[in-house]
Amino acid sequence: MLVAAVAAALCVPAASAGSGNGLPTSIGKGEGQLNLIAWEGYTQPQWVKPFEKATGCQVNAKYAGSSDEMVTLMRQGGGSQYDGVSASGDASLRLIYGHDVAAVNPNLIPDWKNFIPALKGPPHNTVKGVHYGISLQWGPNTLLYNTTKVKPAPNSWSVIYSRKFKGKVTVPDNPIQIADAALYLSKAKPSLKITDPYELNSTQFNAAISLLKQQKPLIKKYWALASDEIDLFKNGGAVVGASWPYQTNTLIAAKVPVKDLIPKEGATGWADTWMMSAHAKHPNCMYKWMAWVSTPKVQAEQAIYFGETPANPKACPIMDKLSKGSAAQYHCGASASYFDSIKFWKTPVAACGNGQNDCMDYTKWQQAWTQLKG
Amino acid sequence: MEQRSTRIALAVWSALVILFLWVPLALIMLYAFNKSNVQSWPIPGFTTHWFRAAWTSEVHTSLILSVKVGLIATAIALVLGSAAAFGVARFRFFGREAVSFLLVLPIALPGIVTGIALNSAFVTGHVNLSMWTIVVGHATFCVVIVYNNVLARLRRSSPSLIEASQDLGADGWQTFRFVIWPVLSTALVAGGLLAFALSFDEVIVTTFTAGSQNTIPLLILGYIRLGQQLPVVNVIAFAMILLTAVPVLLAQRLMRDTGVLRRSAGNVTEAVESAQITAV
Amino acid sequence: MAASLDAAQGLTSRPPGRPARAARLRLSGLFWRHPWAKALLLLAPPLLAFIFVYLLSLVALFVSSFWTIDPFTSELKHVWNIDNYRQLWQSGAYHSVALRTIGIAAAVTVADAVLAFPLGYFMARVAGGKSRAFVFVAVLLPLWSSYLVRVYIWRLILDDSGVLNWSLRKLGLPAANIGYTNWAVWLIFTYVWLPFMILPVYGALERIPESYLEASRDLGAGAWTTFRRVILPLALPGVVAGSIFTFSLTLGDYVTPLLAGGASSQFIGNVVYDSITTQQTPFAAAFAAVPLAVMGVYLLIARKLGAFEAL
Repeated sequence: MLVAAVAAALCVPAASAGSGNGLPTSIGKGEGQLNLIAWEGYTQPQWVKPFEKATGCQVNAKYAGSSDEMVTLMRQGGGSQYDGVSASGDASLRLIYGHDVAAVNPNLIPDWKNFIPALKGPPHNTVKGVHYGISLQWGPNTLLYNTTKVKPAPNSWSVIYSRKFKGKVTVPDNPIQIADAALYLSKAKPSLKITDPYELNSTQFNAAISLLKQQKPLIKKYWALASDEIDLFKNGGAVVGASWPYQTNTLIAAKVPVKDLIPKEGATGWADTWMMSAHAKHPNCMYKWMAWVSTPKVQAEQAIYFGETPANPKACPIMDKLSKGSAAQYHCGASASYFDSIKFWKTPVAACGNGQNDCMDYTKWQQAWTQLKG
Repeated sequence: MEQRSTRIALAVWSALVILFLWVPLALIMLYAFNKSNVQSWPIPGFTTHWFRAAWTSEVHTSLILSVKVGLIATAIALVLGSAAAFGVARFRFFGREAVSFLLVLPIALPGIVTGIALNSAFVTGHVNLSMWTIVVGHATFCVVIVYNNVLARLRRSSPSLIEASQDLGADGWQTFRFVIWPVLSTALVAGGLLAFALSFDEVIVTTFTAGSQNTIPLLILGYIRLGQQLPVVNVIAFAMILLTAVPVLLAQRLMRDTGVLRRSAGNVTEAVESAQITAV
Repeated sequence: MAASLDAAQGLTSRPPGRPARAARLRLSGLFWRHPWAKALLLLAPPLLAFIFVYLLSLVALFVSSFWTIDPFTSELKHVWNIDNYRQLWQSGAYHSVALRTIGIAAAVTVADAVLAFPLGYFMARVAGGKSRAFVFVAVLLPLWSSYLVRVYIWRLILDDSGVLNWSLRKLGLPAANIGYTNWAVWLIFTYVWLPFMILPVYGALERIPESYLEASRDLGAGAWTTFRRVILPLALPGVVAGSIFTFSLTLGDYVTPLLAGGASSQFIGNVVYDSITTQQTPFAAAFAAVPLAVMGVYLLIARKLGAFEAL
């Protein structure tokens, strides 16, 4: 999905020195502070403290558990409340079209030229050749299960829709979860002809909702906070569910017998971008941050901590040095075909890719999700 | 006098309710020593590591912010709340019932309504969310607390005290210093303490009126989200329980001195005991 | 007597040397002659602050419930319509959320009243000075520990392998397994709001003069009759005052259902919160009108029952 757009994106003029497009040509002095909106686990002291020391920019992070929250937070106070946000693909376009984020000059980020081609100027953060952020990391939404309670090891998403684990399943409390149901149906019910889990006409959408309604009695809790899922697996409330690698890593570190995988139907995922607010009060610190988190060492540290894949392939050897085998485990330097197999989050809009205009837009997703939870 | 069996039954019931209130608090304090960063039962091991780990710069900053917000909101509440209470208690005017009703709303309405109303107002007015917007949000319910306490006290004291003082030639300041203040002081202190407590622990309105800053409750919510250092949250709660024992004991002492905690045969007795009347 | 007092306190007999005091006396006189000026001075600042900051923002919020938002950019569009209310009315899911919220709020209020009343009676009329002070501190102190941490600890207690099930199993009883259910939500709310109910109930019971109870006995009433016909009616305003807190705090809360609720534990507050974070402010405002209306009715009833005197 991203391969086609790459060529256009790469044609960004390298020299923007005084070219009149308003982008800065160098990073100025740090302003001493940086206010960020981040996913849980994206601003760990491990790489924040060295940054603060090196640049003098004190980092204040506010956590958000969903892209919706991130968009809301970015718009508060006229948009100057926060300097940056680690937006996933389903928030980034909304922020761009809402004029909440500023265009950035990727040439100010030394490591940007090393990024994998697919993430140098992907359509979710680059519009008409203008970059609105620097890609960060990407990863899948995984299937997490308790190895002692779920035997044999599952290999399909059907396990979270199966009555076998009634009352012991957990999935994210996020309307975008409808896409996961659609993804499963695209393989389990081919007659629905679902090609893109984010572009659903009303028949396909209703089928996904009805699957989710059947799933509801199986759900112990819809997790809204990462720690919800951690608590559920640790204390026996849930034995199988949809998750992020962050929870898997935390649980394994706490000696809980869990494993995660990408089932045979594939997985939805997220590709995150650090975007700068259009009214940022500390733009220099923001540029310094974007440059910092793109360096191979920080990319490796974050990838291992959260369990995601760096945009900078130079991080792969460092990952193996920090934690043997982690580069392969988290698909660092993975092939383009693996990258393409992940259905990255994007905002559902009425315009379906095939020229039709009858797909469900995101408002309908949100309403359906609230009504589903009842 | 109640029967002995009734008194024993009541004492037992009270003990059970207090146990119900305190067992979770004891567990909070116990979990502060948890060796693992993921909370579970039974606790795998004990350590005091988190007590050192808790005192980070962000905890420090949030604590200072919470205290500042609490003090400012309480100060505003003391002034506006007592003024309003005086106005409502001592004067009859058109719309008195409506004013009374209006001043109960912030407590009676769900916090989320106050929060989103203020947030919308700030967003529309292009007001940046900052410590001052948090203060505004907190002041709304703090004013109500102080207002209620002062109003209750004024209702129980006689307005003729002020008239008597004026008949004896005292001017406004002397009346305030020698008649009004002694009657009100404990109500103000009790109201102020309760208002500060509510402001310090408030999370719902604060979520909508805080900018990138964190008060202690917002910080705790962030830690709970992350799930990496949960015992730190318990350490903070532990510290709060210990630290606030002092003001609460103080409040209890004050209330006892003015006869609020003493069984009284009437409301006038209490007011007479606590007012220092210098004339006569 | 009065003259010597005047001289002793240096009042009217010393005009020119004390201009500040003379000015204060003139001001007092002015307020005495025009009491409305005093009332205005006292009431204007709080009321103006309230009206401009609080009331107007509430009104603005509810006006926005008649507008809509752009589906893609989520910006507010000033197009008048009642779609939000129509959606609330038509969808069964919102009905169950509202009923669940009101139902649990009522259940919490009842549970708190039942727990608080005997305790309040003990504190007010049975306990000696030292015990009363001890109980008072024991009840107040929990209010000062963080609400969030208290909710979180209950989540741990009620977990499948938490303290509750562990204790039940040790006693040979079956596990309760109420973690992440509406029972858990009810229990936790009852726990956190209990001190708010105890204080007004205690206050109301403490104000009942002993002479009333003696008179009731003199007239031949037994303990139960005295309780039913003298104590209960006099304590009722305190119970209702406490219930305003427990009911309204539960009605608007979203944190406890979020942290400790299960798959079907959405409260009005959660739907409002989700709508706000997905930028659907008009819908959030429309749904927020529900607890507003409920509390409005509740407050009117409470006023009739005299609760405002007992706050």
